[in-house]
Amino acid sequence: MDNIVLSVEHVHKKIGKKMIIKDVTFDVREGEIFGFLGPNGAGKTTTIRMLVDLIKPSSGTIKVYGYDVNRDQENALQYVGSIVENPEVYTYLTGWENLEHFARMQSGVEEARIQEVVDIVRLDQRIHDKVRTYSLGMRQRLGIAQALLGRPKLLILDEPTNGLDPKGIKELRLFIRKLAEEGLAVLVSSHLLSEIQLLCDRVAIISQGSILAVGEVNELVSQNADYVIWEMEPLSEGEIILSQFEGVHLVESAESVLDDSLIAGMSVNSVVTQNEEGIIPAILLRLVKAGIAVKGVNKINPTLEQLFLQMTEGENIE
Amino acid sequence: MSNILPLIQNECIKIIKKKRFYVVLLVLLVLVPIFTYAQMRSSELSRDKFNGDWRLELQQQITDNQNSLGSDRIPEEWKKYRLIFVQQLQYYLDHNVNPKEPNGVTFTREFMDNSINLFIPLLIMAIASDIVSGERTTGTIKMLLTRPVKRWKVLLSKMITMIMFVSLIIFSTFAISYLISGAFFGYVGFNIPVFTGFQISGSNVDMSAVHAVPQWEYLLMQCGLIWFVAVTVALLAFMVSVLVKSTAASIVVMMAALIAGTILTNMASAWTSAKYLFMVNLQLTNYLAGTPAPIEGMNLNFSLIVLGIWALVSVVVSFTVFTKRDILN
Repeated sequence: MDNIVLSVEHVHKKIGKKMIIKDVTFDVREGEIFGFLGPNGAGKTTTIRMLVDLIKPSSGTIKVYGYDVNRDQENALQYVGSIVENPEVYTYLTGWENLEHFARMQSGVEEARIQEVVDIVRLDQRIHDKVRTYSLGMRQRLGIAQALLGRPKLLILDEPTNGLDPKGIKELRLFIRKLAEEGLAVLVSSHLLSEIQLLCDRVAIISQGSILAVGEVNELVSQNADYVIWEMEPLSEGEIILSQFEGVHLVESAESVLDDSLIAGMSVNSVVTQNEEGIIPAILLRLVKAGIAVKGVNKINPTLEQLFLQMTEGENIE
Repeated sequence: MSNILPLIQNECIKIIKKKRFYVVLLVLLVLVPIFTYAQMRSSELSRDKFNGDWRLELQQQITDNQNSLGSDRIPEEWKKYRLIFVQQLQYYLDHNVNPKEPNGVTFTREFMDNSINLFIPLLIMAIASDIVSGERTTGTIKMLLTRPVKRWKVLLSKMITMIMFVSLIIFSTFAISYLISGAFFGYVGFNIPVFTGFQISGSNVDMSAVHAVPQWEYLLMQCGLIWFVAVTVALLAFMVSVLVKSTAASIVVMMAALIAGTILTNMASAWTSAKYLFMVNLQLTNYLAGTPAPIEGMNLNFSLIVLGIWALVSVVVSFTVFTKRDILN
């Protein structure tokens, strides 16, 4: 049922003596938003550049609908629209002239289609002004218009929210959702974990040139057992009961697994455990029977950030 | 899939909208009147001195040069040049032709002659040095290469566009120079004879092959040679533009090479293998006029071949590098 649009198989890239990308493999299917998550310098942009034939892989294959991107560019890239890093367009041309320019590089893109994409990204007011006078948000929209020109099946957006204000980010999110609902495959890279979590169906986590995990966002989250914050009095007695309960794991240093903001909000009478959601009522019953005053039970769903921190064991992210 | 013509159209639009070509025209429109004025002053001066008799002026020039040949302070090489020069002047005098008759066409011929090795290449670099590196400086190369078009087609469209503009620049140089100087000296002189075919052997000039051609024909040959030189320089600048990321660096590299060529030429170098460098071979029109080559063993065919090889190598290097290179930033 899920048609594979992009398939990346065992791609390596060596620059100089350094292996920048190591054995990257993943697929992107029709109608899904695929996240590409990793810290700066993890190899996201290098990988994306290989997907659009700006860089040739040292080994491995990248195929779009079965056409090899690095050998058969004319067939493969006609299905791909992309913005690699910033939307760099010709500032000395108008928005319309830019679109005309890119339309000429592909057969079957007529003036009507240009007008269509201009309407989609809502640039019709300023489309005949020089791009020099555009704001970053408008350039971003022009970049997306350019990417959509050739009616792509796969849209590749590298760090699309860079430089956008919160309103622009929200608009972009809705826009990308809409495109995916129309059957487009979208690949979005980001170092903003919340962004990927909000937007994507599936995600690949990349660090130091290797893929750490590929999967559905929800699946990856549930692989990780939930954390629970217990606030109670007296704390020491409660801790003893918790530690004796089967299936409960006491977390020694809360700082390593929880957000700073959560820890800041925790009372001194709190302890963090890791256990399944289903046994919480039973634990609670035992605590109450032991005469411990339970003031709060707070279940924390792990964020991708925590997930990421665990996988990369503390490598810096932004 | 896609045709090359729309790509050429794209490149032309970019050059025009970037106003590169206007800069070239502007430079010509500013500089040509200055040269014209200077030429007018110098011809006024000699007219006053010799009462407008060009034969007298020519005779004086011959005598001056001959006198200097006796002097010990003049290097041998210069003497050789002057000896040849004297023989050519004498030929003009004998055939009753004024080599410096002031008119629009003669001015244009001399102007083109003097601009072949530095001025026209410089104008060409305004376009050729930017055509690839400009896209890399601004990052638009990423947009250009992620479209479903083979890289060699993108590069070929740029190369064809560049050669078109090179031709246009040469034509503009001719047209502007003729139109402006004609306003001062008159739009005449297409039919006055110019001598060509001087064979130089040692310090002697072999006059047997010398023949007169009407000036328009001479100009046509001259423009052809200038075009050849210009395309060679453009292809070299194109290669540098592919290799170097910034336009500024690309212009500096080419400028340095061209200026080095001028210096080497003027040194009339004893280093004979310098004749294989492209920059000492740029003054092709000198072979038409009969000026001795800067280095022994150079002639028109030799220079054409040397330039042709340099151009060919540039094209090969440009395409090889451009189609294989990783675009990292």
